[in-house]
Amino acid sequence: MTFVDKFPEEAKLVRWHFGVGFVALALGGLFGLVQSLYRTGYFRDALPIDAAQYYTVLTGHGVLLALVFTTFLICGFFVWAITRSLDRPLAHQRVAWAGFFAMLVGTTLAAITILNGFAPELPFGSADVLYTFYAPLQAHPAFYVGAALLVVGSWVVGAEYFLTYREWRADNPGERIPLQTFMVLATFVMWYLSSFGVAVEVVVFLIPWSLGWISQVDPLLTRTLFWYFGHPVVYFWLLPAYLAWYTILPKLAGGKLFSDPLARVVFVLFVLLSTPVGFHHQYTDPGIAEGFKFIAMTNTFMLLLPSLLTAFTVVASLEHGARQRGATGYFGWLRALPWGKPSFSAMALAGLVFAAGGFSGMINAGMNINYLIHNTIWVPGHFHLTVGTAFALTMMGVSYWLVPQITGKQLQHKTIAAAQPFVWVIGMTLMSNAMHRGGLAGLPRRTAKPLFRGEGAAPFDPVVGSIAEMQLQIAVGGTLLFVALAMFLVVMTGTWLSRSGVGQLSVNGTIPAPLSGPADSPRILDNLKVWAGIAVVLVIIAYGLPLYSMVADGILSPGAGLLAPLLGL
Amino acid sequence: MRIHRFEKLWLAAAFVLIAAFIATIVYGSLGAGVAMVGDEGGTVDPDDPTASDNFREPGVYQTGDGEYAVYVEARQFAFAPGTNEPIRVPADAEVTFYVTSSDVTHGFELVGTNVNTMVIPGQVAELTVEFDEARTHHIVCHEYCGAAHHAMEGTVEVVSQDQFQSQDVPEVNEE
Ligand code: HEM
Ligand SMILES: [Cu+2]
Ligand SMILES: [Cu+2]
Repeated sequence: MTFVDKFPEEAKLVRWHFGVGFVALALGGLFGLVQSLYRTGYFRDALPIDAAQYYTVLTGHGVLLALVFTTFLICGFFVWAITRSLDRPLAHQRVAWAGFFAMLVGTTLAAITILNGFAPELPFGSADVLYTFYAPLQAHPAFYVGAALLVVGSWVVGAEYFLTYREWRADNPGERIPLQTFMVLATFVMWYLSSFGVAVEVVVFLIPWSLGWISQVDPLLTRTLFWYFGHPVVYFWLLPAYLAWYTILPKLAGGKLFSDPLARVVFVLFVLLSTPVGFHHQYTDPGIAEGFKFIAMTNTFMLLLPSLLTAFTVVASLEHGARQRGATGYFGWLRALPWGKPSFSAMALAGLVFAAGGFSGMINAGMNINYLIHNTIWVPGHFHLTVGTAFALTMMGVSYWLVPQITGKQLQHKTIAAAQPFVWVIGMTLMSNAMHRGGLAGLPRRTAKPLFRGEGAAPFDPVVGSIAEMQLQIAVGGTLLFVALAMFLVVMTGTWLSRSGVGQLSVNGTIPAPLSGPADSPRILDNLKVWAGIAVVLVIIAYGLPLYSMVADGILSPGAGLLAPLLGL
Repeated sequence: MRIHRFEKLWLAAAFVLIAAFIATIVYGSLGAGVAMVGDEGGTVDPDDPTASDNFREPGVYQTGDGEYAVYVEARQFAFAPGTNEPIRVPADAEVTFYVTSSDVTHGFELVGTNVNTMVIPGQVAELTVEFDEARTHHIVCHEYCGAAHHAMEGTVEVVSQDQFQSQDVPEVNEE
């Protein structure tokens, strides 16, 4: 029975989440196109923005894609995963809807303040602060309230997963947690622990400050709280992609997951290690002792472990699937995979691109090598491979497979869909390789005009290629990405608007049992309370002292003494 | 719990890889002495950095034999010194930059090198470099700092020791 017929209410909830996420994706993608044409100099004069508004566009791109699109897609996808794997409706749908509306209101508030940057004469504030909103750059209070509502809304939707799980547990004492549910809960344990940092930053400091209730905030303390959340958030994006790679992808390949217990181990490692690593975004920050940066680096490298394990399990599962389909030979099995099926090819290509992103990430993570590329265009080159492809393209693959199941409609425009993942990957290869090389030559990120005013590209000294050629690849790659995005949206809109009940759906939601199941793995793996406890201890070790010293030297202003600014001294 | 033989091998290889990475960085940091930014620069009052012992009037100072200190104040949208007049320092000398901001967060990077730091109001970024070649380096502000962020740039002129002697640079004692 199709998901929408069995769980119509849950399917509706997933549809709304996906719908809002797709709107954010469309607008954010358009902004991406504008960026890649503006900052490279192509059509700069033809575009209807000036250099200052480039930062309005960039804020919109970062917020809509990295924060809004991701959060809505994840929360919706997890509603499906929980319902399907526990095989029961949500415990209290109203809780999930409340969370959804909080996220929607928050997104609307933030979007209005950002978009007002295009028409500053209108009275809706401004928020040209980029998605990292480092104080003392200041946005309208509605921007911060919106950001807070987005995060808190996701917490409320998350609470629904735990409530539903609790009901299931009451009915099924002693059973192992179904794998997808385990993955959802583990991801959200990590999310609660880490997004707490940004919530404190926004609610305790930035909202009161933007309303004028406090006169200043400590720039280092607030950005530290941001990055306390800013790294784990990338695992909040990645783990849903892992869920898809572990549980859906092997089925699409014609096989089954290699090992259920190993998948659980991987998620437990992420719960433990995702948060105490944020200082690796602050290697070049003054005011943080090198020792703390070193601890963060060690933890970061340990995080390679679950990702390497994932690479193994996913590839092994795909090979198993291909051999089930009759493939032979060392590499011959690769050809037997269903590359013409967009759900499969999107996810498999996303995984492949993620491997490349992992390599450039290891460079970022090296405390000293980082100095060469910090805040250069290398960094966007890196994360368009990770969140921009490993996450985004995987979610497109999930959509090709899941949207028919939550709407009861056949996927439309199958040819466009089949080509789309490949167009995306070609565009990304062009844009990202040029960004990486440009970064090595020192080309900065987050800038409307990266070249020097008097000397143009002269000061940059590329190891391979030329600055002009890189700019061209970024512009062409960005355009192809936008084309691929439009193809995806055409398929989605076409499917959504098509008539339902036409023939039997060509997809179904059953997921075959893994080759080795959970039965003989240690039960402690399922005990998320234990893992959450250890994760908190690791966070205290990594963050306790540095946060204490930032607060002790003046909670609102460094160099002033703990409460001095509050007491008006 | 059954773990496949290949999986065990892979796991072992992964651990070796991770250990090798960390060892390389430790060697790079301690052994080869690659300069990194820590908390040595101390804190200042963001509204008036020079009022603090941790920061001087922006400019170049001689602090010892072959040792120089450069105090740079970043603000929207210029480095002082650096933007209106270049920062002149000698080659083959120990040059320590002290960089802070009196408004928002900026970046300070010499293009194509690993002289790269965030510039955060209230904090002094301290990093020591030895330039072994007389040449011009370009400074870029690499953190978004407002509407004209892309216009925030500057230069460091590294000149030979002989050329530099002719300049008068104030001498100070740094402890
Ligand atoms: C149509 C596809 C896309 C294009 C053409 C594109 C292009 C770009 C470009 C050129 C930049 C660099 C701007 C600069 O630093 O000056 C950028 C930044 C960024 N992109 Fe994309 N992008 C696309 C899709 C995505 C997706 C799908 C995501 C995430 C889900 C994403 C997330 C980001 C983020 C977080 C930034 C950094 C913003 C900042 O520095 O504040 N992009 N993008
Ligand atoms: Cu990170
Ligand atoms: Cu700047």
